[in-house]
Amino acid sequence: MNRRTLLRAGAAGTLLIAMRSLAANIVVSPILSELARAYAGPGAVLREGRVKFDITPLVENGNSVPVEVTVDSPMTTAQHVTGIAIFNEKNPQNDVAVFELTPLCGRARVATRIRLATSQQLIAVAKMNDGSCWTHTVEVIVTTASCVEE
Amino acid sequence: MRLALALAALVIALTSAAEPRKSGIDYASAATQTLQKDDAQNPGMLWVKDGQARWTERTGAANKACADCHGEIAKMRGVAVRYPAVAMPSRDEPASTSSAPRVINLSQQINLCRVGRQRAAAWPAEHASLLGVEAAITFESRTLPIAPPTTPLLAVAQARGEALYNQRIGQIDLSCRDCHDGLAGKRLGGNTIPQGHPTGYPIYRLEWQTVGSLQRRLRGCMTAVRAEPYPYGSSELLDLEAYLMKRAAGMPLETPGVRP
Amino acid sequence: MASALITMPKAARAGDVIEVRALVQHAMETGYRRSSEGALLPRDLIRRFTCSFVEGTGQSVSTSDGSSKPGSRLVFAATLHAAVAANPYFAFHFRAERSGTLIFIWTGDNGFAHREQVNLLVT
Repeated sequence: MNRRTLLRAGAAGTLLIAMRSLAANIVVSPILSELARAYAGPGAVLREGRVKFDITPLVENGNSVPVEVTVDSPMTTAQHVTGIAIFNEKNPQNDVAVFELTPLCGRARVATRIRLATSQQLIAVAKMNDGSCWTHTVEVIVTTASCVEE
Repeated sequence: MRLALALAALVIALTSAAEPRKSGIDYASAATQTLQKDDAQNPGMLWVKDGQARWTERTGAANKACADCHGEIAKMRGVAVRYPAVAMPSRDEPASTSSAPRVINLSQQINLCRVGRQRAAAWPAEHASLLGVEAAITFESRTLPIAPPTTPLLAVAQARGEALYNQRIGQIDLSCRDCHDGLAGKRLGGNTIPQGHPTGYPIYRLEWQTVGSLQRRLRGCMTAVRAEPYPYGSSELLDLEAYLMKRAAGMPLETPGVRP
Repeated sequence: MASALITMPKAARAGDVIEVRALVQHAMETGYRRSSEGALLPRDLIRRFTCSFVEGTGQSVSTSDGSSKPGSRLVFAATLHAAVAANPYFAFHFRAERSGTLIFIWTGDNGFAHREQVNLLVT
């Protein structure tokens, strides 16, 4: 049980947890599959797993959405994550960020804040030094602000 | 540890049922609350840091820094909770020809010092450096209760501000009270309507993607109800600020606040 | 002159994996927003963030590009796009092995460049 789940436990937590497990069975949007494949490189095999893309399923404000990507990896010279890419489905541009990791990181966990224009899917793709690629796709609902003043 | 903290917060919340006022942060999502609470992530801290650097920067024809007169910025603890306050022209504006004391907010006080003491040009409203210094000074009062001074001149401004707060405005014909007293806790679009207490100003507003003042927020609300917003620095906005701080008296400052 | 904030422990034991958090002041203008007058605000983004490690204590590491200094090793890097939120924030990890300095560099459009460094004492 991670920190985010615990924080939401006091408020309609059950519904949100249910939404997250439903999200695990989503059909990945073709554009995200294509971008993931391009990042992975020719001939690479993409598999789900080993990557956890942590993002709230209900976004209060699309201007600043905290995300965290964690990859199950010992981060040794022999076995480590070389990169993590995040793509979005429906923003004006699909790229979000591409991270480069090294064994000096010690742990494959990266957090940042992103912008989301509307409700959509997102994918995190992790590349390992052995060439394997792992993905996790999530679906979020983005609510718009009440009043737009400018 | 986190469970213990959550339980403690719950106990505190229940025992303070006598205090019906809630800060805007209490209505925000868990993500926004985390953003405010964590100084390493709170974007407003970047403005605080910038303001702290400006505090010791020599500038103007007088080549003076704030620190030259005021000492280290930590000495500003307890100052921000008393604004808006009454400016004394003889003390605050040595070069001023006006003799009447008047109500000013903290950013106007900063500009009075800038022009009168540093002999530099005043910063315009919402200027990044002005917001930075205001954020840095107010940050020193974080957790202190809002404590407006009790002077007759301020009381007049507060009364005028209360009348403005209750007045219906704009094509949508709503008063501040209609939403922030009558409908606080209910939803407007994707957001929960807060009670409207200025506990975190200058705030980092996610909608602006930058730090802004209380006057900017008030003008934004006025535009939203399709009213012509009062100009920056107008007496109406000052009166509203004075009233809102009186209405929030006793609530702790959170600057730099984060709001949706 | 942008403001930046690095949050990390200043000391660690050899083998510890510490969390490093970097926050920088930048509007990250997407190029899709309009001003209140209706004019399109031009794109202005930070494009790249790097964190490098230089071993050793008491040295001056004030070169313009820490990552090309001999002995400096890349720890973590990010290529940013418009979807990174304003005032970009990154949290990542670093395995402390020997004392040294972490150098943080942000570069972007219109010649934007900002640098911070933090010393780390490893015992």
